[in-house]
Amino acid sequence: MHRRLSFFIAVLTFWAASQAQAGVFDPQTVTLKNGMQVVVVSNHRAPIVSHMVWYKVGSADEPEGKSGLAHFFEHLMFKGTKAYPDGAFSKIVARNGGQENAFTSYDFTAYYQNVAKDRLSLVMKLEADRMRNLTLTKEVIEPERLVILEERRSRVGNNPAALLGEQVNASFFVNHPYRNPIVGWAHEVEALSLKDLTDFYDRWYAPNNAILVVAGDITPEELKPLAEKYYGTIPANPDLNGRVRAQEPPHYAGRRIEMSDPRVRQVSFYRSYMAPSFIQAKAKEETVRVHALEVLAEIIGSGPTSRLSKALVFEGRLAVSAGASYSPDRRGPAKFTLWGSPLRGVSVDDMEKALFAEIDKLLKDGVTEQEVAEAQKRLIAEAIFARDGFSTGAQVLGSALAIGKSIEDVENWPDQIAKVTVEEVNAAARAVFNEKSSVTAVLLPDEPEKEAAR
Amino acid sequence: MKRFFFAFFVLAVAPFSAQAVDIQNLRTDKGITAWLVEDHSNPIITLSLSFRGGAALDPEGKEGLANFVASTIDEGAGDLDSQAFQGTMRNNSISLSFSAGLESLSGSMQALRENRETAFELLRLAVNEPRFDEEAMQRIRAQISMILRQHSQDPDRLAARAFYQQLFPGHPYSKPTNGTIESVASITADDMKAFVKRRFAKNNLVLGVVGDVSASELKSLLDKTFGDLPSKATGWALPERKPSQDGGISVVEHASPQSVIMFGQKGLKRKDPDFYPAYVANYVLGGGSFASRLFAEVREKRGLAYSIYSYLAPYSYTSLWGGKVGTANERVKETLEIVKAEWKRMAEKGVSQKELTDAKTYLTGSYHLRFGSSDAIAGILVSMQVHDLGIDFLDQRNGLVEAVTLEQVNKVVQRLLNPDDLVFVVAGQPKGL
Repeated sequence: MHRRLSFFIAVLTFWAASQAQAGVFDPQTVTLKNGMQVVVVSNHRAPIVSHMVWYKVGSADEPEGKSGLAHFFEHLMFKGTKAYPDGAFSKIVARNGGQENAFTSYDFTAYYQNVAKDRLSLVMKLEADRMRNLTLTKEVIEPERLVILEERRSRVGNNPAALLGEQVNASFFVNHPYRNPIVGWAHEVEALSLKDLTDFYDRWYAPNNAILVVAGDITPEELKPLAEKYYGTIPANPDLNGRVRAQEPPHYAGRRIEMSDPRVRQVSFYRSYMAPSFIQAKAKEETVRVHALEVLAEIIGSGPTSRLSKALVFEGRLAVSAGASYSPDRRGPAKFTLWGSPLRGVSVDDMEKALFAEIDKLLKDGVTEQEVAEAQKRLIAEAIFARDGFSTGAQVLGSALAIGKSIEDVENWPDQIAKVTVEEVNAAARAVFNEKSSVTAVLLPDEPEKEAAR
Repeated sequence: MKRFFFAFFVLAVAPFSAQAVDIQNLRTDKGITAWLVEDHSNPIITLSLSFRGGAALDPEGKEGLANFVASTIDEGAGDLDSQAFQGTMRNNSISLSFSAGLESLSGSMQALRENRETAFELLRLAVNEPRFDEEAMQRIRAQISMILRQHSQDPDRLAARAFYQQLFPGHPYSKPTNGTIESVASITADDMKAFVKRRFAKNNLVLGVVGDVSASELKSLLDKTFGDLPSKATGWALPERKPSQDGGISVVEHASPQSVIMFGQKGLKRKDPDFYPAYVANYVLGGGSFASRLFAEVREKRGLAYSIYSYLAPYSYTSLWGGKVGTANERVKETLEIVKAEWKRMAEKGVSQKELTDAKTYLTGSYHLRFGSSDAIAGILVSMQVHDLGIDFLDQRNGLVEAVTLEQVNKVVQRLLNPDDLVFVVAGQPKGL
């Protein structure tokens, strides 16, 4: 909510949507001698800039048993350095009319300040300072640990759907670290030590693991000398090891989990299938599969006139809402998810049957030329809307580069979507709907409401 | 909760000023007024609208009417049934949505320039000829009921609901914006049509437009879209009401690990001469920045909460100085005591010269940031008109903040803030209260 927001669902959905809008930012990039990449997205509509530093480390890079470390550390970045102690960072930014925040995801951690153009060098100086000079002590971390546990309570503990979401990921990923929540399991957050946090800082926070993105009223010529002055002087970390993570083995059994909670008043159903992420597909030169799945998700599950909504909500009168989603912007495996909430009086089993009847029909008859053409047109139009927000380009490019995409991958996205064929969408659908590599989740009220929902 | 968003909306508007924004005041042949900011850098058009009078005017027993109307006018209109309407939107990449607040029904539209005729035509249909077909009514009613059932177990919603009931018992401001399952069940298509007839009128419509459209093009689009609306809405008046000042703590029992706490007392109106001094004081107390006193005391020093803030909510017929925090059930008591202590410290000692200076540099320095997207700017154009701030407000605004003196701030906090008046609502299972 306020600062240092982190988290999975909100953040990733946002990035996915933004990614679907990319292709027209016309960024420029240069790499400093110490390995820090610099990206500029010019937009001169107002005399403001968004200054972002992205670190190529997220919760999936945490050591085993140390969940929540990346996010905890993100909070500590606001605490203080020798030059700017005791929360001076935020005070100085505020005094200068700046707005700031930070967020942690599975694959990256990012910090930003939105400021008037003439304050850019100030925030660069502050951000560069905390890349290496943070003062971490027990006195600093203990109150923040409590804050993070409150954050967890407010986002997860108070929300049964979020609790189920954690269970789904823990079941969906058999071995990959995406199985752990970004905010961390409470008992592991409670046990993170000062040494865990300083080791994490020393390993990952270095210019050769960071990307600077500045968007707004700025040109590459203006930015480059500033980037060299503030960030170019920070030594690279020669011991920066690659991002080695436990990998996901093949799945041989579909899993089904149900959770009931007295606070649930509406039954929800989800089915998530293992799907390729963009980075995985790129390694195999199969990115066409990813773009075909994006078109597929648009056809079957985006908006009230999509296939699932038409069949379940409008014609079948079985669901309050239904849809599909797919977010390929990850380093590791991605999910393709179908979901629906049954109307009161309709059993979740009946709705589930109707949902899969729709998927069977899709697999048998395929999608139509018209559906694909319309979906492509809609997706490509989003790229134009994405240019509107002054910081959208920075967000889209920063997250893309931080997970290992290239600028071209972002800029070419509309062209790649335009190339997708009916056959490719149908092939992608046949490959993705594999029950053995899926998790089905049902959120139910407690007894006796539960029986009524069956 | 809608009210809550409204409160933020009002605040978001205040810290404004813009040199870069040139606002044109349009009046069309058919008597429609709109404020326009032309921007031809990207081929899109963004429109924001507001019909005055919101959920606070919902009839007794029909609470949730404004929200139901807002949720259904884009679900079939004119010759288009719901699927045809939504399909046209979707296939032309037009976004169109409506929502109801306590004091208005608002809408927003965004479209590519090349699709502007279709977009404005859909908007025309939604506002002039909504169908309220039985199919759409049933479907949307089921969705609203689902949301209401979920809200009945959501501590944020439970707290907000009880908060307004505590502050404004019996007053329209205590009405649930989304209604209740029973009241929504009783709303008919005739009720919805009557709402549209009473409320959707030229004298009641506020418009802000941003983007790739010229003034003359827009005038003609607006006349086609809104020109056939009746000239006058049915009038209304609500009684003025001060928030109750019993200083009590009420608890909404809810089984969850973290309690959500809302607190508040009387504030001041947008047009109050002391608005800016109070606005500055609120920034120091618990306004948006991480530098606020409540943030420092509750979060930074003690780790009691992830989120804590205070806000000014000036309504038409009342005003509120409120705040919100979430903390573990075991720590509610301590958190309440700190909030009260900070309230008291502010009331008695005011702010320091340094705090005042820092507040001013933040509030004036961040003004450009409000212009980050067309959506934001269109929303601002509407808010400026709703609050009658004048078309030159953006040029005035930073001057108004700069002019605030230490004496004014310390006088207004003394006048307004009283820790004994604070009403607290806690949703959760607080210990030791």
